[in-house]
Amino acid sequence: MHRSFIARNPSILIFLSLLGLFTLGVTVLSEGFGVGVISTSFVKTLGKTLCLCLIAVAMDLIWGYAGILSLGHFAFFGLGGYMIGMWLMYERTRQIVAGALSDGALPPTPEEVQAAIGNQIFGVVGGSDLPLIWTFANSLTVQLALVVLVPGLFALVFGWLAFRARVTGVYLSILTQAMTLGLALYLFQNASGLRGNNGLSGLQNLPGVDLPQSVVSLWFFWASALALGLGYLLAAWLVAGKFGSVIRGIRDNEARVRFLGYSVEGYKLAIFTLTACLAGIAGALYYPQAGIINPAEVAPIASIYLAVWVAIGGRGRLYGAVIGTAFVSLMSSWFTGGQAPDVTLGGYTIKWVDWWLVLLGLSFVAVTLYAPRGIAGALDRLTGNRRRKAS
Amino acid sequence: MKTLFTAMFCALLTTPLASAQSFPQAEPKAPSQTQDVQDVLQSQRALIEESSRRTIGPAIEALAGSGLPQVPRVLEAWQAKDMWQRKSDGLFFAGEKAADAQYRLTDFSDGEVIGTYPKEDLSQIKPNSGIRAMIATALVRFQLSDPDPSRRAAALDSLARDPQAGLLDPLRVSIDGETDPDLLARKQRLERLMTVSFGATTGERVAAIEHMSGDLGVDFRGTLNPILTTRRIVTETGENSVVAGNVAAELVPGGDELSLQAAYDLLVDQGRAPAMVTKQARDAALAANIRDGRVGGLPVHTLSSDLSRDTAYDALVATGLAEPRVTTSDVAEAVARHRFVDVYADPDPRVTTAAAAALNASQTRVTLGQAADLGLDALSLASIYFLAAIGLAITFGVMGVINMAHGEFIMMGAYTGYVVQQFVTNHTASILLAVPLAFAVTFAAGVALERLVIRWLYHRPLETLLATFGVSIALQQLAKNIFGTQARPLTAPGWLDGAWVINDVVAISYIRIAIFALALIFLGLFLFIMKRTRLGLETRAVTQNPRMAASMGINPDRVNMLTFGLGSGIAGIAGVVIGLFAKVTSEMGGDYIVQSFMTVVVGGVGNIWGTLAGAAMIGGFQKGVEWLNPSNTLAAQTYMIVFIIIFIQFRPRGIIALKGRAAGD
Amino acid sequence: MSTLLEVSGVTVSFDGFRAINNLSFRIEGAELRAVIGPNGAGKTTFMDIVTGKTRPDSGQVRYGDKSMSLIGMSEAKIAQAGIGRKFQKPTVFEDQTVQANLLMALRKPRGALAVLLYRPDAPDLDRVAELAGEIGLGEHLDRLSGELSHGQKQWLEIGMLLAQDPKLLLVDEPAAGMTPAEREKTTAILVEAARTRAVVVVEHDMEFVRRLNCKVTVLHEGAVLAEGSLDHVTKNQDVIDVYLGR
Repeated sequence: MHRSFIARNPSILIFLSLLGLFTLGVTVLSEGFGVGVISTSFVKTLGKTLCLCLIAVAMDLIWGYAGILSLGHFAFFGLGGYMIGMWLMYERTRQIVAGALSDGALPPTPEEVQAAIGNQIFGVVGGSDLPLIWTFANSLTVQLALVVLVPGLFALVFGWLAFRARVTGVYLSILTQAMTLGLALYLFQNASGLRGNNGLSGLQNLPGVDLPQSVVSLWFFWASALALGLGYLLAAWLVAGKFGSVIRGIRDNEARVRFLGYSVEGYKLAIFTLTACLAGIAGALYYPQAGIINPAEVAPIASIYLAVWVAIGGRGRLYGAVIGTAFVSLMSSWFTGGQAPDVTLGGYTIKWVDWWLVLLGLSFVAVTLYAPRGIAGALDRLTGNRRRKAS
Repeated sequence: MKTLFTAMFCALLTTPLASAQSFPQAEPKAPSQTQDVQDVLQSQRALIEESSRRTIGPAIEALAGSGLPQVPRVLEAWQAKDMWQRKSDGLFFAGEKAADAQYRLTDFSDGEVIGTYPKEDLSQIKPNSGIRAMIATALVRFQLSDPDPSRRAAALDSLARDPQAGLLDPLRVSIDGETDPDLLARKQRLERLMTVSFGATTGERVAAIEHMSGDLGVDFRGTLNPILTTRRIVTETGENSVVAGNVAAELVPGGDELSLQAAYDLLVDQGRAPAMVTKQARDAALAANIRDGRVGGLPVHTLSSDLSRDTAYDALVATGLAEPRVTTSDVAEAVARHRFVDVYADPDPRVTTAAAAALNASQTRVTLGQAADLGLDALSLASIYFLAAIGLAITFGVMGVINMAHGEFIMMGAYTGYVVQQFVTNHTASILLAVPLAFAVTFAAGVALERLVIRWLYHRPLETLLATFGVSIALQQLAKNIFGTQARPLTAPGWLDGAWVINDVVAISYIRIAIFALALIFLGLFLFIMKRTRLGLETRAVTQNPRMAASMGINPDRVNMLTFGLGSGIAGIAGVVIGLFAKVTSEMGGDYIVQSFMTVVVGGVGNIWGTLAGAAMIGGFQKGVEWLNPSNTLAAQTYMIVFIIIFIQFRPRGIIALKGRAAGD
Repeated sequence: MSTLLEVSGVTVSFDGFRAINNLSFRIEGAELRAVIGPNGAGKTTFMDIVTGKTRPDSGQVRYGDKSMSLIGMSEAKIAQAGIGRKFQKPTVFEDQTVQANLLMALRKPRGALAVLLYRPDAPDLDRVAELAGEIGLGEHLDRLSGELSHGQKQWLEIGMLLAQDPKLLLVDEPAAGMTPAEREKTTAILVEAARTRAVVVVEHDMEFVRRLNCKVTVLHEGAVLAEGSLDHVTKNQDVIDVYLGR
């Protein structure tokens, strides 16, 4: 009889335990609930990293398992962020506006409140009316649903068009890149109704919650850890069963799967849409911790970095994606944050702020050439894990 | 006491004057006795001394109208602040600085130098800018016939900027004596335009308008527009409602031209109807009448909707505490009592009819011209895309290698051009040097990339994509470290400045023509290399069947290396060209990479004509959308991407698709 | 038994080259058939047409009891209707175990949701073990298929086809690159399979075809040149001309 997929993959339990321990450790060391060794801003950095790990898991599903190198998944990440950002910004503005209007001689009408909110939010792009897409911004429930629905529908439409035309390989990669570029350019317009290049800001404040950031940051950290844990579990479940067999089959030989009677396009669409939803959730947790979202976040470069993280971590293994993302993104903030010690080489000082990207780019080339299985591949060899040979 | 004081003061003032006169360095020259320009100046002396923009008009007119030959000289000196007045006798002279605080004076009438005076003995006439402009206008009639063509041209410029009725006749007079054909054409054109505005008779004006009907010039449309501007007039309907003036249109309130609300607002503005009670006014009235937490019979805390506020306000009205509201029927009734008419600024209906027809004809031709201009724009954009994409078409199309660092090769080429310009200051020479150098640099970089990275990743396109992306990150940051984040200029040679102006609507800059020409050259070069050279033959052989090619003695390694180098080298040249009109930054490659890939993909991989078609289509589409939505180039790019995604539904392999086995399923 | 597949008057051309020229072909419900022909005779294109990969320019392809037309159906739909295809190169999923390969091929609902919720039950696992036994891989169920020998991969692929339980099996050069012993085993598997279903074997190797001992169709320039027993067609003058010289 088949054992449970968790029992068959000890890495899942190891990962979940480590994630739990990590969450506990950060909580104990934090300013909000613990001894205060870890600053609030670093808690946010760690929480954001967890969200990036979640989208990396999605990326690994679509690329490492299904073989579709999407260079556009940050579009879905950003859309998720925008959807939750709309509620955060609307609700917080509403509270501020309601406070200000209550000082007047007459109690404000709903229209006045609405107009004042519109003015407050859109004054910066020269508007004053709330666009139609903000219709449900007052409802947390609806916006939470949209966090999943908007990226999901966007992916569904795009994926349907692309897969139906049997666009594959590098063509699809470029097309997804064009997709995220198109979205970024659209969002850059003031007419997009999402404040153009100003983006949405002040997202770190939870409306109606009058607690210090040290506490709120931990809430988001926990939510991110939970989302990552659940997302990982879901992904592991997907790839462990026959569905996983089929999508890996599509990666290795699309035509063969087709002649086995599986509708390859349907599977691709399913996995593309599902990972888009995961990316949307990751984004919805990320941007409240970042505090601001603007169209530059969905520029093509972001999605390419995602591919870099997953590749360095080792694609085709979920823990590889997580390790790579955590490692590279934390290294990036360490190097570019100016904390890394500069190296003096015979009269020339290497400032890591300037040279980190050169190092990253070259190490990425080296990983692609010499270690196509990434960090996880090296781990596998260390633990003697029997795995496929490089394809 | 007062008298004494005044006398002392005068003495104090006159003492230095007297001492100056005692110096025998200059013999004062008496003005000539015939009617001469000095007399005219003296007759206007008070006004000139006052030097006020409000009052100076008659003085300038008197001078200009005197018909004396010296008038231009006087006006020019005055305008240039070179007119000085001798304090001793109040005569005016042209002054010129001779030494410190010493001025040499010249007589206006005969141009003779009359001597050098210390500054204390003179007072300078300093016209302000307003007066100088009036002098300039007065000068125009003289300058129109000036022997120096450049001054005649300057006068025409001034006249075209500020046409005045009084200058029409001088202009007409000057046409006869004009010898320069260009200036003659300009004078004749200006004469027509000024006749449209200032012609003496209706017939003359209509003839001028009809003569120029359909003309594309901005000046012509600029002349017609003020004639056709309208003013909105409101009168009461009734037996004696006759509208004076040249009626353009009678407006129907509630129609497309004038909404009911706009009509009523017009009535309010003219005091013909009471203002509407706005929400602000209503709320202010309510706030002013709060008594013990109640207003208009309602508790204040219930007034959180427009409905309850209206109720409370009506209650206030009933008790006479507020103005009654203007209802919809009030508005309709008030509007119905009035006529709304647009009246032309020009009173002559024949002129306005002719002008409207002429403007209409011009508009039609302007639209056509704009379409042509747009076509040229699209062509040049397509050329840029083609230049950026052609190198990619070679590496991607011919070799099947995705090079994400292609954009960075473009950037390297542009920076090569920038570095060359640091050493070679002659722009023409530096560009001529930069082009082969950029090719050499990026060719070498391409060969290095192929040898070190891509060679190991053939048949793994996705990994090539990733590895070359790593190279792209590193190169971009490297450029940033070397050249900084600031944009660097790459200056085009002087002969590429300016534009080929076909008319006021259609124009194309020389640099864009050069880019177009360059794109054609590259197309030819590519075709030549692929069809006529050994490298091209071997490349095609390796592309179609590498094993067969190898067995026939072709070294695929060498061919791949050279082909990749060629593609990269062309990217470098494209970089120099793009750098000429765009800023050179470390990130400029990223601006072109997606468009370039789109060009290749839409066009069809592996075919240069496909790349050309793709560039034409993307360039044309983008310009087309920009035309429909001119303020928004971002939207154009968004639509373009949506369009490409949909386009791929119908032609997944691009416009020009390879068929059969070569397409590689 | 009635006709299972009938191809009539099919023509297809690529850029003016007629790969298939007015081809007609039919096969019964339980029959073993060998298709032979020189390079470029249209053997692979014929399979592409039947499996939906290539759409013919004209002609009809009818299949099954209800004689439904296969033209315009997707590859997946045709496969679900009971037509299995084995490629020339062994294409198994090397990254996955023999068991996973066979489970994927097993005749079960193919929809994404059904597959997502699918958990193999005892009969399924028994069926996979039985199939693995038939193709001589009973001992190798938990091995990655990438580690198998070339011949074993070919058998695994045939096993996957059988797991699909097709009514019509199209097999492209199954014996290529096999040792004589492996060939014998392959012959046995195919002959056994043809007891309950139609099997079309495309093959170059005359020796192998002789061993199949079945009706032979000779293709040449996209059309049927001759049809009958191997002995019959090898005596046909046209066939001799095509194969031995012109």
